[in-house]
Amino acid sequence: MPKEPVAVVGIGQTKHVSARRDVSIAGLVREAAVRALEDAGLTWADIDAVVIGKAPDFFEGLMMPELYLADALGAVGKPMLRVHTAGSVGGSTALVAANLVSARVHRTVLTLAFEKQSESNAMWGLSLPIPFQQPLLAGAGGFFAPHVRAYMRRTGAPETVGSLVAYKDRRNALKNPYAHIHDPDITLEKVQSAPMLWDPIRYSETCPSSDGACAMILTDRAGADRSPHPPAWVHGGAMRSEPTLFAGKDFVSPQAGKDCAADVYRQAGIGDPRREIDAVEMYVPFSWYEPMWLENLGFADEGEGWKLTESGVTELDGDLPVNPSGGVLSTNPIGASGMIRFAEAALQVRGQAGEHQVTGARKALGHAYGGGAQFFSMWLVGAEPPTR
Amino acid sequence: MPDVLSAPLVVEFPFTRSLGPVQSAFLTGLRERTVLGVRTGDGKVLVPPVEYDPVTAEELRELTEVATTGTVTAWAWNPAPRRDQPLATPFGWVLVKLDGADTALLHVLDAPGPEAVNTGMRVRIRWAPQRTGAITDIACFEPYDGEATAESTPHSGEFADPITGIVTPARLDYTYTPGRAQSAYLNALAEQRIVGERCLSCRKVYVPPRGACPTCGVATAEQVEVGPRGTVTTYCIVNIKAKNAMNDAIEVPYVYAHIALDGAGLALHGRIGGIPYDQVRMGLRVEPVWTEGGRHPDHYRPTGEPDAAYDAYKELL
Repeated sequence: MPKEPVAVVGIGQTKHVSARRDVSIAGLVREAAVRALEDAGLTWADIDAVVIGKAPDFFEGLMMPELYLADALGAVGKPMLRVHTAGSVGGSTALVAANLVSARVHRTVLTLAFEKQSESNAMWGLSLPIPFQQPLLAGAGGFFAPHVRAYMRRTGAPETVGSLVAYKDRRNALKNPYAHIHDPDITLEKVQSAPMLWDPIRYSETCPSSDGACAMILTDRAGADRSPHPPAWVHGGAMRSEPTLFAGKDFVSPQAGKDCAADVYRQAGIGDPRREIDAVEMYVPFSWYEPMWLENLGFADEGEGWKLTESGVTELDGDLPVNPSGGVLSTNPIGASGMIRFAEAALQVRGQAGEHQVTGARKALGHAYGGGAQFFSMWLVGAEPPTR
Repeated sequence: MPDVLSAPLVVEFPFTRSLGPVQSAFLTGLRERTVLGVRTGDGKVLVPPVEYDPVTAEELRELTEVATTGTVTAWAWNPAPRRDQPLATPFGWVLVKLDGADTALLHVLDAPGPEAVNTGMRVRIRWAPQRTGAITDIACFEPYDGEATAESTPHSGEFADPITGIVTPARLDYTYTPGRAQSAYLNALAEQRIVGERCLSCRKVYVPPRGACPTCGVATAEQVEVGPRGTVTTYCIVNIKAKNAMNDAIEVPYVYAHIALDGAGLALHGRIGGIPYDQVRMGLRVEPVWTEGGRHPDHYRPTGEPDAAYDAYKELL
């Protein structure tokens, strides 16, 4: 029996901000879930199962969100699952939900991811004072900056490429009412004159800390027929993992990321991603990850990704817009960031991205990664139902 | 197994929580000796109150005040109180249905012994003398000789100077043991030797060793001394002071580098010193600098050798 096609019929986000002191975590997730239900024209009773994801436990000190949030998410009497995969969790959570529909286990699933970074300890929640180890910790930026330098050395990319990404994403964010950072006075000079925090990563080229949640309603073909708005259809989805550190690991272009993308393209029948995909929402927490992932995901040959960025191809009006929403660089509730990528890809092919809509987008890729560049999750969504 | 190290590891953070409208009213009410519940669509009063109906998922906002007296619906005796529990003397854990409420609240009962506790007994709140807007504003329950009379009465939930957030410390106490391979590595470091382990399958040398090769999934037992010299494969310049007591002593800017020790199959991380930070480069040859009593090299410094060629270390970034 072929798989059931999966449709995204509801999407809801909170306005992402640095601190939502007016709501509890339950109130925050509820807001996103209610917006997704409204978008889908459904009620709690229409939901068969709930799949949630969040960042690692000690980020927020919230150990059992599935227990605490069951009533806020209408999960009473229904299956409720929680997914863990560090920063990629929003993506893998959506894929677990999609698989439940695709396998005909459930017909309509609410999937949601969140984080209240203002109530978290994301900087040190994973950097524990392990006995006998040397306390030489530089935070997430310190972990990733040497890999950025390695990319620059490997490809000969000009030093300005990172600032171009940040300038683009922050301008795109101005067109997205849900984005956290709205800086109407942004200029390239401003990006380039920001202090280096972890040289070669500038302050202006790092993601913010955000409070926010994102929810989606996934359903089967019959559910899609009842949808009040055009659905996005899942054409392919995959996850891959590898160890954090191992001899031979390529941090600049991890094998697990390449394999994950290849699997998604195979499922979706994509032969040439650069030509066949109209918009990409990729997980770029530090600006240089845009050219790095352009290569890892097969949009450019090795060493060539920065040229797409530099020549404007990834701009909102370029021929491969990357992060039209403003991306992780403009909005980062870590646990939700992956799902926001998946949801924004779906908004593009539904034609519902508003001011940051990519004209005529028919196929879009949502991408997330997490841990020490070790977990990858991606989906490809289209405006038409899959034919394969 | 000799020489396997062990030490306590305490993981502790003071997490904050925004309360939202319902929990804010409940905790502020406790500060004012007022117990609030929330009324559901079918008329039940839930105490403590919740934001969303556990049956219908509807949003609940209709607050109502219940009595400070109630009835024990279930209990268990705690003969040996532990650190941070509400009472220091033996006490009963009780579920108390306050008069006017339809659900029971978990708290503790101050009673002389288990023979003095029974399901159905009447109890009342003993308020803490100092109240801050926390569940501990109820110091405990105590036996009470009086009939259930109170009905709940609607309440706006509004108080002057409401509590909107609380701090919830989370703490885990572990005993950490790094295991055989890491212990052997650490013991060698004490002799200023850097010893990794070779995978018998892929022949790569892991430093620090983990006891198994993550790629091949086989145990690594062959010990191999590496370094002490190595090559900086990549690095960053850290310009911000970490808000972390553990490396407060390190002044910024400093160079955080990946260093492939000669003979190692992957780079380890270390600080580069003995050279201005802006003169560090990929390919720089370095060696460890040990300090008296330090378990690890304090940092790595240039050896003065010519830089390594990129091709020699490009697989070890």
